[in-house]
Amino acid sequence: MTELLRGLPPLLASHFAIALVALATGIAISLPLALAIARRPRAAAGVLAVAGVIQTVPGLALLALMVPVLANTGGLGIGIPAFGFGPAVIALTLYAILPIARNAITGLHGVDATIVEAARGLGMTDRQILLRVELPLAAPVIAAGIRTAAVWTVGAATLATPVGQPCLGNYIFAGLQTRNWSMLLVGVAAAAALSVALDALLGAAERALAGRDRRRALYPAAALAALAVLVLGVLPQLATGDGDGSRSGGGVPAALRAGQRPAVTRVKLGAKTFTEQYVLVEVLRARLAAAGIAVEVASSLGSTVIFEALRDGEIDAYVDYSGTVWTNYMRREAGLPRWQILAEVEAWLAREHGMRSLGSLGFENAYALAIRRDTGAQLGLRTLDDLARHARTLAMGADYEFFSRREWAQVRGAYGLAFSRTASYDPTLLYDALTHRDVDVISAFSSDGRIAAYDLVVLEDPASALPPYDAMIMLGKKIADDARVSCALAPLRGALTAPLIRQANLMVDRERDKATPAAAAAWLLTEARIARPDCSGTLPP
Amino acid sequence: MIELVEVSKRYGSGGEERWAVRHVALRVAARELVAVLGESGSGKTTLIKMVNRLIDPDEGSVRVDGKDVRAHDIVALRRTIGYVIQQAGLFPHQTVGDNVGVVPRLLGWSKDAIHARTDELLALVGLDPAVYRERFPDQLSGGQRQRAGVARALAAKPSVLLLDEPFGALDPITRAALQDELRTIHKELGLTTIMVTHDLIEALTLADRIAVMYRGELRQVGTPAELMTAPADDYVAKLMGMVRHQADALRELGQGQP
Repeated sequence: MTELLRGLPPLLASHFAIALVALATGIAISLPLALAIARRPRAAAGVLAVAGVIQTVPGLALLALMVPVLANTGGLGIGIPAFGFGPAVIALTLYAILPIARNAITGLHGVDATIVEAARGLGMTDRQILLRVELPLAAPVIAAGIRTAAVWTVGAATLATPVGQPCLGNYIFAGLQTRNWSMLLVGVAAAAALSVALDALLGAAERALAGRDRRRALYPAAALAALAVLVLGVLPQLATGDGDGSRSGGGVPAALRAGQRPAVTRVKLGAKTFTEQYVLVEVLRARLAAAGIAVEVASSLGSTVIFEALRDGEIDAYVDYSGTVWTNYMRREAGLPRWQILAEVEAWLAREHGMRSLGSLGFENAYALAIRRDTGAQLGLRTLDDLARHARTLAMGADYEFFSRREWAQVRGAYGLAFSRTASYDPTLLYDALTHRDVDVISAFSSDGRIAAYDLVVLEDPASALPPYDAMIMLGKKIADDARVSCALAPLRGALTAPLIRQANLMVDRERDKATPAAAAAWLLTEARIARPDCSGTLPP
Repeated sequence: MIELVEVSKRYGSGGEERWAVRHVALRVAARELVAVLGESGSGKTTLIKMVNRLIDPDEGSVRVDGKDVRAHDIVALRRTIGYVIQQAGLFPHQTVGDNVGVVPRLLGWSKDAIHARTDELLALVGLDPAVYRERFPDQLSGGQRQRAGVARALAAKPSVLLLDEPFGALDPITRAALQDELRTIHKELGLTTIMVTHDLIEALTLADRIAVMYRGELRQVGTPAELMTAPADDYVAKLMGMVRHQADALRELGQGQP
């Protein structure tokens, strides 16, 4: 718990930063827009309709959508990075526009027409009427809209994690994926507290505006400024822990940084959204940090996002699986031997994208279909052929991606699988859905410790419809040839066996005596008997 | 002097066209107080809004002191013409003092000059500055709001004052008091005043001359006595007949029943 709280400040600061920047940008766009169109009913209706449509796009989708939009437009033509702060702020800004613009237009419409006419009759220009009469009279309604937008923005900012922006969502996503409910609750509570605090401050400002003594508006404004300074300025410096998303291993000797060759001193790691990835990224982090390389982590990235992030240099390394690259990016069919697929994948990565694979870590994390032992016994299921005969009476569950991945199309086609019902679950909850008999078959990961822990049966794949999935460290262009990175990470090749990784995953996933991903990674490195890296020989002169 | 020369204003288009004001000619002499009398929809409000160009006529022209209002800068023109509307139209977010000082502020007067002028005007309309300057409009009675509205209209020392049903929403005693004060202010400041009203008695007791509007047309312009003795048409005659009837009824009441 203390560790969780120690990791909180940088996430809180980063969260507040994106919410605040998005809110400020939203105000900067919405208010002038509303002022320009408030007296033109048709334009106002049009703008509000567009903003309303944006509002109906689910938050996660809107944020994820910003990644390809920015990637394919050169960052909207001004080089905004496709990952991290840029897409998060743009999506949240779009979200903030509707409540602010709608309230501003409503507020301006609500100003008594006779008062506006009186102002005109006194000889005020349109601009003076707007600034001295209409805006002050509409101010309370406008302020209420900003308040609504603030609460929405702080809430939706938790969804910035999957596009690579550290925020309180890191605790929520990681907590959910690793069944660490206290981590999840800390994330949720912090987001709620931030939301309530911001709302209270804006509320005080709103009341002061509606009231008669304008000077009182200074107090909430000052409090807001103080909060901003505190969260953005001071908290990150207090952070000493290795909170998810924070920088760590910053102690790079000055001599290294002063090296003449651009040797790599800082590496950004990525992780997908499941336990094994959280553990593996900690393994990489520990090895790199021990070699004196500063490490940043962007965790909970979607599996397509993460490959593009590596390709575009937004991250420098992560662990992927040969079958995923083979099927989804190379768009090949299964059916070749495991070693050949790994070799072709590595050659393709180097040829097409300048990436380097450090080879298999020593285990496979394959997609497999798993059932409860009692179902297997009752129906006599051992292989996917057996399953196909009973599929019509069974329901299947899978993680978010599986049903839209090519692996599913291939295995379904190979065996003619047609289930009575299919449903997607969060990977964490998927095993519970099976044991609680909500579904009868799930897509499981072969390295998942819960297969054994839940006493599940993995069905055989006699047609080899599912490809092999060797876990391999993939290095991006920037660090592909760096001697010190290779020195730190190469000893991992072949060192992590399936039983070891399964145990490490289970340590994090189990209900009792849970370990953090970092603790599981430390355990894994000890058990695998990998010596601390001595990479001094690879340092530049 | 205000001259309305053959002004017309139409609303709508095609077959749905409606004349709000049709070929109206009216001349208000300097220091004169003219009441524009008519039912709602008669075009009386449209007519005075042509003077400060809140509405521009489709045909004809409006001249103030011999100069076409369209030759003026519209904003500068309005700042030289006092304008009072029903229920005052005070800005609810400003104090009474700030409301009265609006036009001087727009004209860039010094703070001291605005302050002095505000107090002077509040005193003129019968509101003690010490008591009312810092109050907000919703803390005033209807009559007090209307007084503040008149003070605001007079702040920049205009020579022309336009009033659009200024006393319409007031109780009879407050209305009578304000009518008296308006008459006094009009005379003391040497204003040229046009007041729109639908109240016949108000027009008869307050105005030098009355302009009777009916369905966008000007039926007659004359002193109260002229309208009584020589109504120009049936509508004016009917109006005056009604007044006479009411006066007779009141006189009988005054003589007492046996």
